[in-house]
Amino acid sequence: MSRYLLFLFRIFRLSFQGSPRFLVWMAFLSVLSLIGLHAYAEQFVDGLQVTGMTNQVSWGAYIANFTFLVGVAAAAVMLVIPAYIYRNKHLHDVVIFGELMAIAVIIMCLLFVIVDLGHPERFMHMIPPWGTLNFPASILAWDVIVLNGYLLLNLHICGYLLYCYYRGIKPTRKFYIPFVFISIIWAISIHTVTAFLYVGLAGRPYWHNPIVAPRFLASAFTAGPALLVLTFQFVRTFTKHWIGNQAIHTLRQIMTVAMIINVFLLGCEVFTEFYAETVHVASAKYLYFGLHGFTGLVPWIWTAIVLDFIGLFLLVSPLSQRIGWLNLACIVSFIGIWIEKGMGLIIPGFVPTPLGDVVEYLPTLHETLICMGIWAFGILVYSWMLHVAIPIINGHLRDPETVSK
Amino acid sequence: MATEGKSGQESRPVEDVLQPMTRRTFLRGSAASLVGMAGVVAALKPLLELEAGELSMEELLQRHYKKLEVEDLHRIMKNLEGKCKREYGIRPQMQDLKPGEGVEFAYALNLSACIGCRKCAHACLAENNQSREDANDINMSYIRVLEMDKGAINVEESDHYYDSATVPQKDKYYMPVQCHQCRNAPCVKACPVEATWQENDGVVVVDYNWCIGCRYCMAACPYDARRFNYKKPTLESTQVNPNQNYLSNRVRPKGVVEKCTFCLQRTRAGRLPACLEVCPTGARIFGNILDPDSEINHILQNKRVYVLKEDVGTNPRFYYFFD
Repeated sequence: MSRYLLFLFRIFRLSFQGSPRFLVWMAFLSVLSLIGLHAYAEQFVDGLQVTGMTNQVSWGAYIANFTFLVGVAAAAVMLVIPAYIYRNKHLHDVVIFGELMAIAVIIMCLLFVIVDLGHPERFMHMIPPWGTLNFPASILAWDVIVLNGYLLLNLHICGYLLYCYYRGIKPTRKFYIPFVFISIIWAISIHTVTAFLYVGLAGRPYWHNPIVAPRFLASAFTAGPALLVLTFQFVRTFTKHWIGNQAIHTLRQIMTVAMIINVFLLGCEVFTEFYAETVHVASAKYLYFGLHGFTGLVPWIWTAIVLDFIGLFLLVSPLSQRIGWLNLACIVSFIGIWIEKGMGLIIPGFVPTPLGDVVEYLPTLHETLICMGIWAFGILVYSWMLHVAIPIINGHLRDPETVSK
Repeated sequence: MATEGKSGQESRPVEDVLQPMTRRTFLRGSAASLVGMAGVVAALKPLLELEAGELSMEELLQRHYKKLEVEDLHRIMKNLEGKCKREYGIRPQMQDLKPGEGVEFAYALNLSACIGCRKCAHACLAENNQSREDANDINMSYIRVLEMDKGAINVEESDHYYDSATVPQKDKYYMPVQCHQCRNAPCVKACPVEATWQENDGVVVVDYNWCIGCRYCMAACPYDARRFNYKKPTLESTQVNPNQNYLSNRVRPKGVVEKCTFCLQRTRAGRLPACLEVCPTGARIFGNILDPDSEINHILQNKRVYVLKEDVGTNPRFYYFFD
C-alpha cells in the first residue's frame, strides 16, 4: 500500500516538473481551461440563455462536439484490435497511448454533456437507488452507462499496466487481458449507442436513418487514428520516447480504408436524400444548399466535404507515405470530420423543426469559450498523462526497491 | 516497450534529473501554485451572483415526485408558494390534483372552423405562467398555429410567423399544434431520469424539480411541443396565474423543460382547457373518451378524424377533423 501511495506521490510530483517548454505548454492550456471555466460559471448563474440555442434548435455546439469526440474515443480500439488480436508488435508498443487518449477524450465527452445540462447539480438523479435511471427505455441512459464504463475500463487497463511497468514486474494476463477484450466490444458500443441517440428519434427524419451508425464508425476510425498519428510524432519529437514509422504506417492503412468507407456511405446518404425528393429532404437541403434562404451551414459542410476529399486523395495516393503529406492528410481529415460529424450531424436535425419552422443556430461567444476550455482541458489531461506515462514506460520512473535489486 | 534510456540513468530518479529540489525551485513552485489557485478563484467568481436559495440543500436532496410522502410534497409546495411570492410578488395557491378514476382525456380540433386568430396561443400563456418578454411574445406558448396553403396538409411548408392584418386569409387555412399526449410518447421514452411520464388520465407531465435539463425529450418530440427555460421566466406579478399545480402550470425554475398538460389544473377540477374556452369559433372539443356520452366521443365516432404524423407511431390523444 505504501508502495502504491509513493507511486501516486511521485506521479503527482512529476506532474509539476519538466522542461520549460512543457511547463509553458501546460500553463497555456491551464489558462485556456480557466477562461472556459469562467464562461461556464457565468452560464451556470444566468442559464443556457447565454448560448445560441433556442426552443427550435435545442442542441448545439456542446452536443456536436460531444458526438464527434465519442467517435475519437472509440477509435483507440483501432490500435487495440491489431495489437491484441493480430499481435502486431509495432502497435503493441504504442497501444497504451491510444488508451490514454481514450481516457482524455471520454473526460471531454462527459464535460460536454455536463455543460449542456440545465441542472448539472441534479446529476445524481441518474444514479440509482437515489436516482431513477430510465434504463433500458432511454438511449441516453444507455449512453451514460457505456461512456462511464468505457472510461473505467481504460482507467483500469492503463493504471494497471503503468503500475506494473513502474514496479518492473510482468503484468498478470488475467488482470488485464479480459478487460482489453471487453474494451474492444465496448468501444464499438459507445459509438453505436451514441449514434442510436439520434437514430432512435422517428420524428427527425434526418437522423432516423440506419446508415448513421455505420457512417459514424467509419468517420471515427479516420479521425481517431489521425489524432494518434499526430500524437506519435509529437511524442517522438518532444520526449525521449521513440515511436517507429511502422506503427504510423499501419494507422495510415486503417485511416485509408475507413475514409473510403466514410465517403462511400456519404454518397449513399446523399443519393437516398436527394434522388426521390420526398418532404424528408428538407434537413439535407438546408445542410447542403440552404432552405428558404437560410444558408448558415452551407459553407461549413462544403468545407468539410472538400477537406474529406483532400484527405481521401492524400491517403490513397503514395504521397502520404511521406510523413509531411500524411500529417496534412491527418489534419484535413480530422477537421473535415469534426465539422460533418459535429455541427453537420446535429444542427440539420433541428432545421427545419418537425413543424416546418426554420430557425438558424449560431454559437455565442460564451458557448465558444466553453467549448475551447473543454478542448484545452482535454489536451491538458492528455499531455499530463503522456508526461507521466512515458518515463514509466521507458524506465526512468521506477520503484526504488526494484531499482536497488 | 522502447528500450532506449534503460541504461545509465536509472540510478538517479527522474525527478532529480528534471528538477532537483532546491530552495529556489521550491519557492518557484509555491508561487506557481498561488497563481494557479488565484486563477481558479477568479474563474469561479461569477458563482457569487447566484441568487440566494437557488441552490438549496433541500432541493438537492428532494426525491422523485412518485417517491415523495404526502407531507413532504405539501412542505415543498408551501416552499414553492413562498418562493413565488418573493420572486414574483404574488402568493399562489398550489395544489397537486390527481388524475380522476375512469377518465382519459382527449382533444379534437376542427380544421374547418379554425380561423388562425392565435387567441388560444395567448390564452395558453396567461393560464400557464410561461416566460414572455412582451404581450406579443408567444415563443414559450405551448401552441404553435401554422398557416398553410389550401390544397395540402404539408406542415414542412407552413408559416409560423404569419402577420396579416386580418385572418383568415383567402387561400390559407390554419392548424394549431400542441402536445398530443401520445399513448406511445417518444419524450417519455427518451428522458434518462423518468422526469416526464404519462399519468392515468393520459396527460404527459414533467416533474420540474427532477428534470436535469438535457433536452433529449425536445429532440424526440415530433410535434415541437416542448419548451425549455433557457432563463428564469420573465413574468410581471400581474401576469402570474395564482391557480397553480405542482405538475403543470406552477412558475418554472430556469433550466427545465415544460409542456402542455391539457391545463390539468383546470381539467382535473372539472373545467375546460384555457385554449378551448377562448376559442371564438368553437373549433376545439375536449373531454373524457371513457365517457360514452361525451362530445369528444361523438366526434371520434361520427366525424372523419385524422392524426398528425401517424407514420411516426405516436398514437396521439389529439385529433383533427373536418366539418
